Amino acid sequence: MTSDDTHRAIEAVWRIESARLIAGLARIVRDVGLAEDLAQDALVAALERWPETGVPDNPGAWLMAAAKHRAIDLVRKSALHDRKQEEIARELDDDDRRPDIHATLDDQFGDDLLRLIFMTCHPSLSTEARVALTLRLLGGLTTVEIARAFLVPEATIAQRIVRAKRTLAEHRVEFEVPRGEQLAERLASVLGVIYLVFNEGYSATAGDDWLRPALCEDALRLGRVLAELAPNEGEVHGLVSLMEIQASRFRARVGPSGEPVLLLDQDRARWDQLLIRRGLAAFARAERQGPLGPYALQAAIAACHARARTGDETDWRRIAELYGELSNVAPSPIVELNRAVAVAMAFGPAAGLQLVEDLVRDGSLNEYHLLPSVRADLLAKLERFDEAATEFERAASLTKNGREQALLRERAATSLRQSSARGARVD
Amino acid sequence: MRFMVMVKSNAATEAGELPSTELLAAMGKFNEELVRAGVMLAGEGLQPSSKGARIKFSGGKRKVVDGPFAESKELIAGFWIIQVKSKAEAIEWMKRCPNPTGEDGELEIRQVFEADDFGENLTPELRQAEERVAADAARNASKR
Repeated sequence: MTSDDTHRAIEAVWRIESARLIAGLARIVRDVGLAEDLAQDALVAALERWPETGVPDNPGAWLMAAAKHRAIDLVRKSALHDRKQEEIARELDDDDRRPDIHATLDDQFGDDLLRLIFMTCHPSLSTEARVALTLRLLGGLTTVEIARAFLVPEATIAQRIVRAKRTLAEHRVEFEVPRGEQLAERLASVLGVIYLVFNEGYSATAGDDWLRPALCEDALRLGRVLAELAPNEGEVHGLVSLMEIQASRFRARVGPSGEPVLLLDQDRARWDQLLIRRGLAAFARAERQGPLGPYALQAAIAACHARARTGDETDWRRIAELYGELSNVAPSPIVELNRAVAVAMAFGPAAGLQLVEDLVRDGSLNEYHLLPSVRADLLAKLERFDEAATEFERAASLTKNGREQALLRERAATSLRQSSARGARVD
Repeated sequence: MRFMVMVKSNAATEAGELPSTELLAAMGKFNEELVRAGVMLAGEGLQPSSKGARIKFSGGKRKVVDGPFAESKELIAGFWIIQVKSKAEAIEWMKRCPNPTGEDGELEIRQVFEADDFGENLTPELRQAEERVAADAARNASKR
């Protein structure tokens, strides 16, 4: 093995082992920052030793042992706070009596990982900090990788992580899985972080994008891990299902010259059937856990599309119904707008328009170009062409996307032509 | 990125002998580890080639040849599809696999083609998640 190979192997081992290593250490030393430092020290030791000795048979156990040695050193040198020091010494001792890291694909490790993810997604941290810390500690990403993925300077991410660890220490955040009422709220934060990472990869906004699909994969991996750690939480499976099904459309979403291809225009033969199957299986797991939450409902909608072999086969009634349920559990004007479109598809434009008019009165989406755009579309279908033209123009003036603006202006012009053609007919 | 990892056949797998209980348990544990790490997308064991067939192409002609096939070490007895960050990670995972046949055997790790569009496709035009859903829906409505 060349030293390059060894370095690649070490990187790979780190990606596989780092989360459970840090989680296991965090339980012992009760400090995520210190746990990560110890894990990093172990990595440095591996980088020194393995090029000579080769990668050991059980690299995870090797790294854990190296990190514990380092911890014991620190305790001896009294670099740690006194009382904490005793606890840590005891934990290190207890921990040594446990079977090795791989013999125990056990609850302890699962529990530690789960505690770690609840910690990195703790509400005392800003959303940005949660994302950075989660990718770093659970995703095994380096600061450089995170910075590149989010198109921000490396120093910014490094600082975010340092501050996040400090905040956790200051708030004395316990290394534990929240119970009772707290659980739902804290879990929502964890799922929010994972979905945010996924969307960052899924709807890239700018820049050198080749790393971003990797973000979707990181999010999916975290989601899949969480689904095994918390198998009784329906929303975890709901989120995994949603991400798997959305990811199944990657290949079909973009045309040859980079233009987005919308759902009904996509070549369904290019959808990834393996991911769809996984998504549907995850959805079935979500359903078994009882009433569907917001992620599971979105997954149910995505599943309706995934099941339709052609766009025409789409079960719009079911989708309209699901948007209704989503509106009940997680009300938002965007959800309402989607419901209006689904209702129009299922029951005709007049029914959809009624819901759109409610939204116009509500006012919260008035600066959002898709509201007039949907409204215009429904008006045109009802042959109210003059009103449609005005709305298309309004939509065009609200969007910043050139391609879309052109399309909307074109539709405005078409509506005007249709209007005068009909005028001529009536005359 | 995705890799397909293939388990090569041997005389025993080709004879349709089932793995020992110990091997099945070890393999089950390994698979569980892959699943718990969010790495395994799919995996199946394959029946002996005597239950399979080949279709041979020659120009426009097709000829069906039923199994079994002779070259047992080149045949495939099972596979995984895994999703990892690098070939090195695929290798590190598969080194942890129990010896799949219990004797001299081989795993072959091959990278799956991803749509090359995967990377360059994520263009600035793509909108935020919620907008996207709405846009899809709006376009859908317009196509009625």
